Amino acid sequence: MKRLRMFALMGILGLGLVIPCYAEKIVLAGSTTVLPIAQKTAEVFMEENPAADISVRGGGSSVGIAALIDGTCDIADASRAIKDTEIQKAAANGRDPVAHIVAMDGIAVVVNKSSSISKLSKKQAREIFTGKISDWSQLGGKAGKIVVVSRDTSSGTFEAFGELVMKGEKVMPGALMQASNQEVAQIIAQTPQAIGYVGLGFMSGELKPVEIDGVMPSKETVLSGEYPVTRPLFMYSNGKPQGITKEYLDFVKSKKGQELVETQGYVGLK
Amino acid sequence: MAYRRIKEQAYKWIFTILAFSSLFFLVGIVIVLFKEGTPIFQKIGFLKFIFGRKWYPTYNPPDFGILPLILGSLWVTVGASLVCIPLGVGSALYLNEIAGFKQRQFLKPVIELLASIPSVVYGFFGLVVVTPFLQRLFNLPTGMTALNASLILGLMATPTVCSIAEDALSYVPHSFREASFAVGADRWQTLTRVVIPAAGSGISTGIILGMSRAIGETMTVLMVAGGAAVIPGTFLEPVRPMTAAIAAEMGEAPMGGSHYHALFAIALILFLITFVFNIIAEIVSRRFRIKLGLNG
Repeated sequence: MKRLRMFALMGILGLGLVIPCYAEKIVLAGSTTVLPIAQKTAEVFMEENPAADISVRGGGSSVGIAALIDGTCDIADASRAIKDTEIQKAAANGRDPVAHIVAMDGIAVVVNKSSSISKLSKKQAREIFTGKISDWSQLGGKAGKIVVVSRDTSSGTFEAFGELVMKGEKVMPGALMQASNQEVAQIIAQTPQAIGYVGLGFMSGELKPVEIDGVMPSKETVLSGEYPVTRPLFMYSNGKPQGITKEYLDFVKSKKGQELVETQGYVGLK
Repeated sequence: MAYRRIKEQAYKWIFTILAFSSLFFLVGIVIVLFKEGTPIFQKIGFLKFIFGRKWYPTYNPPDFGILPLILGSLWVTVGASLVCIPLGVGSALYLNEIAGFKQRQFLKPVIELLASIPSVVYGFFGLVVVTPFLQRLFNLPTGMTALNASLILGLMATPTVCSIAEDALSYVPHSFREASFAVGADRWQTLTRVVIPAAGSGISTGIILGMSRAIGETMTVLMVAGGAAVIPGTFLEPVRPMTAAIAAEMGEAPMGGSHYHALFAIALILFLITFVFNIIAEIVSRRFRIKLGLNG
C-alpha cells in the first residue's frame, strides 16, 4: 500500500516535469507601437492556455520583419505594411509572410495645453511640418516660433503620418526628431510652442489634441473612418498560421482580444 | 614533471588567447563596419555622403548627406570640452595641489562616481530638469539644444579628464618642485611654469580621452540634443549627432537597404574619428613619459 502511494507520488512528480517540455513556444518581435497589444494579449492568452509559452520583444517593425524572414521569430509585429524588398527577401529565404490586421490606430496631432489652437486643416498641418508656416501668429495664435516635433524618419508612425498628412512632402530639417511616442509626448507637454503627433494610445491629459479637417481624433471617429489620420496595425505570420500561432492570432482577433486592444488605448476592429 | 610543463603551457595559451581575443573582436568589428558601410560610398559617392547637407534616408528618392550629423557631433563635443576641461583640470589641480590627504581621499572617489552613473540617467536629468531650465533662461522655443547636450556631456566627461590629469600631476617627480622652490619660485610660479608643463601631455591625454568619450556618447544626446538634422548656427539650436542618428534609426532600417548601409557608414566614420583621437592620446602620453625620463 505504502509502495503504491509512493509510485503515485513519483508519477505525479514525473508528470510535472514532463508537462513544461510539451509547452509550445512562440516568439513575437517587432514594432514598439504594437508592443503593448502583443504583451497584453500574450499575457491573457497564456493565462488561459498554460501549455503556451509566448515571448514578446520590441525592436521596431523592420527588426520584427527581418526576424520573421530569418526564422528567429514566429510572428512579426508591424505598424506598417511589409515592403516589396522585404517580400522578395522572404521569398529568397523560403518564407511567406501573411498579414493579419490586429487593430486600428489613429495618429493624433497634438499641441501644448496652453496653446490657443484647436483646429487645423490637413493642408495647414502639412505646411507646419514642412516649415512653410513657422509662426503661430500665421494661424491666428499667439506670436511665437512653432517648434515642430516629429518621430524619427524610420518609425512606422512617421511613415503613416508622412503618407496620410505629408503626402510625400518632407518634414522640415529643423524638426525635433524623437525616437519614441513617449518622448514626443514629454516634449509637447513641457514646450508651450510645440506641435507634434502621437498614436492614440499615447494621448494623455498633458496633451491637447487638435481637430483635423473638423474631426477630433477619438476611437469613434477612427472606427467610422471620419478621422483622416488612421492606419492599421499588423502581425505577420510565416505562411498560414498553424498550431499555437493560429490559436494566438485567432485570440487576438476575437472579441475578447479586441477588448484587450481597447484597454491599451488602441481602436479595436469590431 | 611533464605534467607540470603541460599545465604551464596550457595556462600560457589560455591567457594568450584571452589577451588576443579583444584584438580579434576589434578586427571583427572593423571588418563588419567596412563591409556594411562601404556599399553606400559606391552608390552615392564618398564626398557626396560626407558633405551632403540633407539627411532624408527614408524618402523616395532618399538624401544621404551626413554633414549636419558630423557637425552636430563636433558642436556638442567642442561644447562638452569647454565644460569638462575647466571642471576636470581644475579639480585635478585642486586635488593635487591644495587638497589635504583626507579631502583627496574623499573627493577623488566622489568625482569618479560621476562616471558610474548610467548615461540614460544623465539623459533623463537633461530632459526633465535642464531642458525646461534653458528654455526659460534664454527664452527659447525649445530647450533641447546643442548647449544642453554639451553641458551634460561635459559633466559626463569630467571624471575621465580629472582622473587622468590628476594621475599625471602626481607623477611629476618631487625633485622638480623642490628644484623650483630652491631657485626662489613661489607656489604659483612652480605650478604654472614647472608642474603643469611637466604634466602637460598627461593632462592633454585626459582631455582627448574625455572628448572621445563625449563624441561617442549616445543615449544622452539622443534624449537631449533635439534630434534635428540641421547644420547648427548657434549653441541654442537643436542638433542631431551621429550616434543619435544611428541609435534612433537602426531598429527600423530595412536590413541590407541603402539606409542600413548609410548607418553603418556613419558608424565607420565615427569609429575613424575616435580612432584618431585615441592615437593622438597615445602619442601624446608616450611623449610625456619620455619627457619625464620614465620608461617609454
